[in-house]
Amino acid sequence: MINLLILPILIPLITAVILMFVSKYVKVQRGISAISTAATVIASLVLINTVFLDGIQTVNLGSWEAPFGITLVSDMFSALLVTTTSIITLIVILYSFKSIGIDRERFYYYPVVQFLLVGVNGAFTTGDIFNLFVFFEVMLMSSYVLIVLGGTRNQLREGIKYILVNVISSALFVITVAYLYSVLGTLNMADISRKIAEVDQPGILTAIAILFLIVFGLKGAIFPLYFWLPGSYYAPPTPVLALFGALLTKVGVYSIIRTNTLFFYHDTGFTHEILGVLAILTVVLGCIGAIAYWDVKKIIIYNIIIAVGVILFGVSTMNPDALEGSVYYLVHDMIIKAALFLLIGVMIKITGTTDLKKMGGLIKEYPWLGWTFLAATFSLAGIPPLSGFIGKLMILKGGFSEGDYLGAAVVLASSLLVLYSVIKIFLNGIWGAPKPYHGITKGHARYLWMTSAVLVLLAVLYGFGAETLRPLFTQAAEVLTDPNLYIDAVLKE
Amino acid sequence: MKTKTNDVILQTVTNVVAFMILLFSLRIFFVGHYTPGGGFIGGLMTSGAIVLLLLAYDIKTVANILPVDYKILTAIGLLFAVGTSAGALVFDVPFLTHAYGEFNLPLLGETGLHTAVLFDTGVYLVVIGVTMTIIQTIGVSE
Repeated sequence: MINLLILPILIPLITAVILMFVSKYVKVQRGISAISTAATVIASLVLINTVFLDGIQTVNLGSWEAPFGITLVSDMFSALLVTTTSIITLIVILYSFKSIGIDRERFYYYPVVQFLLVGVNGAFTTGDIFNLFVFFEVMLMSSYVLIVLGGTRNQLREGIKYILVNVISSALFVITVAYLYSVLGTLNMADISRKIAEVDQPGILTAIAILFLIVFGLKGAIFPLYFWLPGSYYAPPTPVLALFGALLTKVGVYSIIRTNTLFFYHDTGFTHEILGVLAILTVVLGCIGAIAYWDVKKIIIYNIIIAVGVILFGVSTMNPDALEGSVYYLVHDMIIKAALFLLIGVMIKITGTTDLKKMGGLIKEYPWLGWTFLAATFSLAGIPPLSGFIGKLMILKGGFSEGDYLGAAVVLASSLLVLYSVIKIFLNGIWGAPKPYHGITKGHARYLWMTSAVLVLLAVLYGFGAETLRPLFTQAAEVLTDPNLYIDAVLKE
Repeated sequence: MKTKTNDVILQTVTNVVAFMILLFSLRIFFVGHYTPGGGFIGGLMTSGAIVLLLLAYDIKTVANILPVDYKILTAIGLLFAVGTSAGALVFDVPFLTHAYGEFNLPLLGETGLHTAVLFDTGVYLVVIGVTMTIIQTIGVSE
C-alpha cells in the first residue's frame, strides 16, 4: 500500500478527532485510545518490515513530485523511532488509566496525548524542513497542554517557563529555515542536501548549521541550553513526565542527527567538533546533576541529559560504528527512560513523596517492584547482557578509533556515575528500613507496576535480542553514513 | 452604576451589520481559489460577526440564537480536513491527492468542483470553533 508510512501519523490524528466528540465518557475514551494506539503500533511494525525488505519508503503528498511537494520519508532510522514512540505511548496510556485521575481525563487528556503522538511520529517521518517545524509545533502545543493540565501552582509556573523557552526556540527555527531557504531556495531535505553538496558548504551554511544546533539543542537539552528542562519536567504528573522524558528531547536529538548527517557533513572539522565538545559537557553536567540530588524525579531527569550527551557524542565522531551505536542507544534510552519514570511513579504513589530520604524498605511489601527497578537500573547503566551495553560499546569503539580518547573516557566514566545515581534510589528507597506509608492500595500499585514492567521486559529483550535486531540498525546507520541513499530514494534519479 | 442601559442603537445596527459581515465572510471563503481569501480569513470573519453579536447582546442570548457547541464544531472541522485527505487512501493514491472536475449543476450551470473546497470547509469550521471557544471561555471565567 502506497500510504503505509503515513498510517502512524494518520491513525492517532483520526483518533484524537473522534475522542474530542466523546470527551465526557471517560471509559469510551480509554477504550478507543488503547485500541487505536495498538493499531498504530501494528502499522509501525508493518512499516519496519516493509522498509527492511524494500528499502527506504517515500510518499509525495498530493502526488506532487519530490522537490516541489511535501515528501514523507521513512528510512530504517525513522521507522525504528516511530515504532518505539508508538509502543511507549501505548504503555503510558494503559498506565494512565489508574494514574492520571478522572479530572484530567475528562478535560481532553487522551485527545492531547494522541496529538502528541501525531507530532512526534510526524517529526520522525517528514522529509521537508518546514514540515518538520510544523510537526514540532504540533508536538510542542500538545506538550504545553499536558504540562499545565490540572492547573496546580507548580505546573503553571513551570509551564510558563517551558512555553517561553519553546516559543523563542521556535522563532529561531523559523529564522534559520528562512536563512537556509534564501541561500538554497528549497525546503525538501533531500534537495537541500544535494544543493549543499554542489556548493560545498560555504561559510554561511556553517553558520546555519550552528543555528540549527542551537535550535535543536534547545529542544533536546544539550549544554548550555538544558537550563529549562530540570524544572519543567519536574512539574507534570508521572505518565506525562514519562512521555516527555522518553519522546520530546529525543525528537531534538533526532533532528540534530538528521541535519548533521544529511546536510552538514562537508565541514565536520568545525560543526562536529563543536557538537562533540558540547556533547561531552552535556554528559559531565548531567552526571553532576544526577549524583547531586536526593529527589527521585530529579535524578532520572538528569539522566535524560546524560543520555542526550552520549548519543550526540556518538554522532559527532561520524564513525559508522558510533552512528550505529547512537541509533541503538537512542532506542534503548527511549524505552528505559519511560520505564524508569513509570517505576518511580509507582514508588511515589506508594510513598506519597519524591524525597529519597523519606522512603525506604519498599522491598518488604513490594518485592516485584524492587526487582523490576533493579533490572531497569542495570539496563540503564549498561551491564553487559542488558540493553544499554551494546549501544555504548559501539559509541566507545567509534570514539576510540577516531582518536577522541578524552570524550570516550568521559562517556565510559559517566556509566559509573549513572549506575551510582540510580543504585542510590535502589539502596535508599527500596532497600533499608521500612516506613509506614499511606499511599495507594496494593492492587492499584500492582496494576501500575505491571504496565511499567512490560517496558522493562522490552528493554531486557532488546538487550538479549541485539544480535537478531542488528541488521535493522546496520541498515539505519547506512543511510546516516551515506546521504546519497536518502537523496536517491527521494528524488528518484 | 446603572443596572440597565438601553443599547437599542447598537443592537439594531448589529442586526443588520452582522448579517452583512456573515455574507461577506462566506463570499471570501468561496472565492479563495481564484482571488485572495479562503477558509482561514473566512472563518475569522464569521467569528467576527458572532463576536459583534456577543458585544451587542450577552452570551446567553447568542447561545440561544446559535445553539452550537464550538468544541464539537472544531472536531467536525478536523474531521472534514482529515477525511478529505484520507479519502486518497480509498483510491490508493498518495495522501492529500485532490480530485476535481466540471459538473453541470441544476441552477448554477457549468461549475468546477474541487475536493480542496471540502478541506477548506474543514479549516473554516476549525477557525470558527477555536476562535469562539477562546472568546467564550475567557468571557465566562471570573
